[in-house]
Amino acid sequence: MKKALIALVMAALMTAPAIAQQTIKIANIVELSGPGTTSGTNFKDGMLLAVKEINAAGGILGRKIETTTNDTQSNPGVAKGLTQKAIDQDVFAIFGPVFSGSIMVSMAESRRAEIPNFTGGEAAAITQQGNPYVFRTSFTQATAMPKIARYITDQAKHKTLALIYVNNDFGKGGREMLMKALEKSPTKIVADISTDSGQIDFSAAVLKAKGASPDAIFVYTNEEESARVLRELRKQGWTKPVIGETVLTSQKVIELAGEAANGAIAHVGLTVDAPLPAIRAFRAKFEREYKYISDHNGMKGYSGVYALKAAIEKVGKLDRKAVAVAMKTLKVKAADQPGILMDVEFDKNGDLDRDSFLTEVKGGKQEVIATLPPLSKK
Amino acid sequence: MNKRNVVLAFLALAALLVAPHFLKSYGLYLLTYWLVFILATMGLNLTVGYAGQKSLGHAAFFGIGAYTVAIMMKAGLSFWLGLPAAALLCFLVGLALGFPALRVQTIYLAFATLGFNTAAWLVMRNEEWLTGGTFGINNIARPSLFGMSLDGSLAYYHFTLGMTIIFAALLWGLLRSPWGKAFTALRDNPIRAESLGVDIRGYTLLSFAIGAAYAGIAGALFASLVQFIDPAPFTVGSSIMMYLMVVVGGPGYFLGPVLGAAVGVVLPEWLRFAQAWYLFVFGTAVVLLMIWLPDGLLSIPDRLRARREAREASAARSAAAARHGGNA
Amino acid sequence: MTDFLQLFFSGMATGSIYALAALGFTLLWQASGTINFAQGEFVMLPAFAMVGLIAAGAPLPLAFVLTVVLAIGVLGWAFKRGVVDPLFRHGMMPIVVATIGLSIALSNGVRAGYSAEAHPFAGMFPDRIFNIAGVTITLADCGTLAFALLLVLATQSFLARTVTGRAMQAVAQNTESATVLGINVPRMIFYTFAINAALACAAALLVTPVYLAKFDMGVSLGTKAFFAAVIGGFNNSRGALLGGVIVGVGENLAAAYVSPQYKDAVALALFMVVILFKPQGLLGRKEERKV
Repeated sequence: MKKALIALVMAALMTAPAIAQQTIKIANIVELSGPGTTSGTNFKDGMLLAVKEINAAGGILGRKIETTTNDTQSNPGVAKGLTQKAIDQDVFAIFGPVFSGSIMVSMAESRRAEIPNFTGGEAAAITQQGNPYVFRTSFTQATAMPKIARYITDQAKHKTLALIYVNNDFGKGGREMLMKALEKSPTKIVADISTDSGQIDFSAAVLKAKGASPDAIFVYTNEEESARVLRELRKQGWTKPVIGETVLTSQKVIELAGEAANGAIAHVGLTVDAPLPAIRAFRAKFEREYKYISDHNGMKGYSGVYALKAAIEKVGKLDRKAVAVAMKTLKVKAADQPGILMDVEFDKNGDLDRDSFLTEVKGGKQEVIATLPPLSKK
Repeated sequence: MNKRNVVLAFLALAALLVAPHFLKSYGLYLLTYWLVFILATMGLNLTVGYAGQKSLGHAAFFGIGAYTVAIMMKAGLSFWLGLPAAALLCFLVGLALGFPALRVQTIYLAFATLGFNTAAWLVMRNEEWLTGGTFGINNIARPSLFGMSLDGSLAYYHFTLGMTIIFAALLWGLLRSPWGKAFTALRDNPIRAESLGVDIRGYTLLSFAIGAAYAGIAGALFASLVQFIDPAPFTVGSSIMMYLMVVVGGPGYFLGPVLGAAVGVVLPEWLRFAQAWYLFVFGTAVVLLMIWLPDGLLSIPDRLRARREAREASAARSAAAARHGGNA
Repeated sequence: MTDFLQLFFSGMATGSIYALAALGFTLLWQASGTINFAQGEFVMLPAFAMVGLIAAGAPLPLAFVLTVVLAIGVLGWAFKRGVVDPLFRHGMMPIVVATIGLSIALSNGVRAGYSAEAHPFAGMFPDRIFNIAGVTITLADCGTLAFALLLVLATQSFLARTVTGRAMQAVAQNTESATVLGINVPRMIFYTFAINAALACAAALLVTPVYLAKFDMGVSLGTKAFFAAVIGGFNNSRGALLGGVIVGVGENLAAAYVSPQYKDAVALALFMVVILFKPQGLLGRKEERKV
């Protein structure tokens, strides 16, 4: 029985198709079940959309892209295994995972195999370990938080701030970066409130935040929870500013929170509502293909593939090491490569820098109220 | 153990030793993962399958073992110090958790262990100074044995295989001893067991403590295998999965956990061809498996034997009836 | 004091929803020894049925009625015949594992077949806000609380006052003597499953505006309902309401006055105390040990 089972397992493992050199294989390793499902699904859909477009236009260097998609169940242990599976299949590049905890584990594997690995993770630590094969598709929290902190202190001139964050690595990482960014500023954090992923009732959290009578409340939670916080804030009569980063003014939150989202302000690295033609086009294509509106994770997956394409084209051949080196100084302009969505610059750590937006929800729509230049331009 | 079983055991061992040469690193990783869960669920099988105590908190011990080793290794201590510490700590906590089992039974015991698991998880998540909170603990090293590094995946596989066989053999010995008999007596009829002089209190506590120690050892191996731990694999949900593995494999069968862990760990991977639907297929398979074999996969031989005996008995009856008929 | 009342009332509304799901838990357990680990998914599925029907153009009341009919068929009859009946005589373990499998299959089936996204769901109560003595209350909270209370009380008086309800209780307490008394036991057990399914639909109607229709909404709801059921008493249905409210209010007060990170610990501590010292639940009567 046991032997038969092992034979079965081996057969399953060895059916990986022989590598056809005509295609470029990319593995998609993302959260399609568990707490990361929404992020992972968006990232995957965006990535697949880009691949479809590139293939329709003739591929990269004349070669078609072939993808495999696997679900990490939001579990770092599984993500590690799947990365090994991708390495066994000799893929050219790996996309994902999105969860910071998972990429922190799996990127050790892709590094050992010298395979470029694009992540949607935003934790600052990912690129601080000197891994030459990991690249971001979005800002790190270490880039995003100083931008919004600058707005809070200099522009809005809030003296006190209450912080509601979600107790997972995303929320805690962002909280740390925000606190660091505000450390030497006149803005003081007067309430620091932890909430749970999947929490329903936010009356206590909002009550505590209000109780500290801050000038503004900063909300850093995932989509559904953000919507519930906004509703609770409205219910308890909070009329002063609500500020966030990326998630708070996203399409999904507006859809879920309804009227309560109006007035929320957030810094957004990527948004489908940005007034740029490439992004408008992306939004329309994505919605046509998948019948829902992409969030920033969909844009990460999509633009990530185009960054890879630009790097391969720059090198001119399919050489992983050379592509990884090229990624380190890659500059892509949206005018040349519309799929990159926005002009972008990668640095030697694999971090990226580009314009970002200050957005506000007005009349049930996200509106860009200011475009913030890259941090390096200041 | 009859002759056929010995042959089977050798065949299985040979397969486990030969298999890695046909596997790439992912297959090897999965196989090691499977071994770790065999070890963990063997402990749970002792508590649930042999001693009949309902436990839904096994992942907490798995986690305590993993964190013990990870924290000790981060403090510069050797894995070989961490491993016994993990086992001992789990043994003691298991002993403590056994006490509610003396007060409450059946589902209430299951609930109490579930509550314990929730509490342990809250501590793992919130006490960041100790456990790293939701950031977890990264870059956990793999041990070395007699100066031999177990860093490579093949070496670590062999190490895990060795550990699993050693502890399986120990458990086998335990179950063959009078202790083992006492455990099953406890399960089958506690009142009768007590009247026969079995120390119910002691054995209940022991079944929890030994089961927990096995989970602790498995947890230690898990931490070193994945080289990263965070609270997520140690939730109540994971305990429920381990319980599922034991019941699906066949509770109270020595090799039940081997099959059960294969269902829990390997089957979902194997079902990945079903793409987005693979977990749906997995869940449905579990439901159907339970309806088909409520006593687990290893009840198949018993069932076949029962059927054969029933057939033979009815054949004998009809033969006898025919003889009588002839005489009449 | 105003703060306290605010938290208390908000917790009551959340807790009354837990109570609806908890009531189903205890009913199934009493009638058939089923611990339904898919109880949360039993609320998720009707939520999606309603989302789908509304998207197809049905008004909310019609969608609800259709969903109840569908649920009684699928989550009541088919669940009983397909999963519980074949496993009933094999004890608790196989049923528990089968419902675990079922919960995995249901949530992932919805994810793969419908959507991984959260869908908003318009409740039956308008989104209006009141202010009473400094405490803000939404009409939706009041409506949810009233409706849930009504349902729980109606279910209980049905069980206590009507002939059918009493027969169901007789079956739950002692199947054999119920048979001797001429009660149609299988039918009574089916009624229990049907009531559970209908209650799940009602819970879906009430929670989805807040929980949002999402494939994994059942996980946290199921856990909370389970805690509520145990605190109120697993082998009686009187305590479900109390249990639900204790869990709902407890987590709010703990988050505000103890530690937000350990807000679940209050319900957990109470849960443990109940199990160890009063396993029949806060409102339960002591049960004789069956040998």
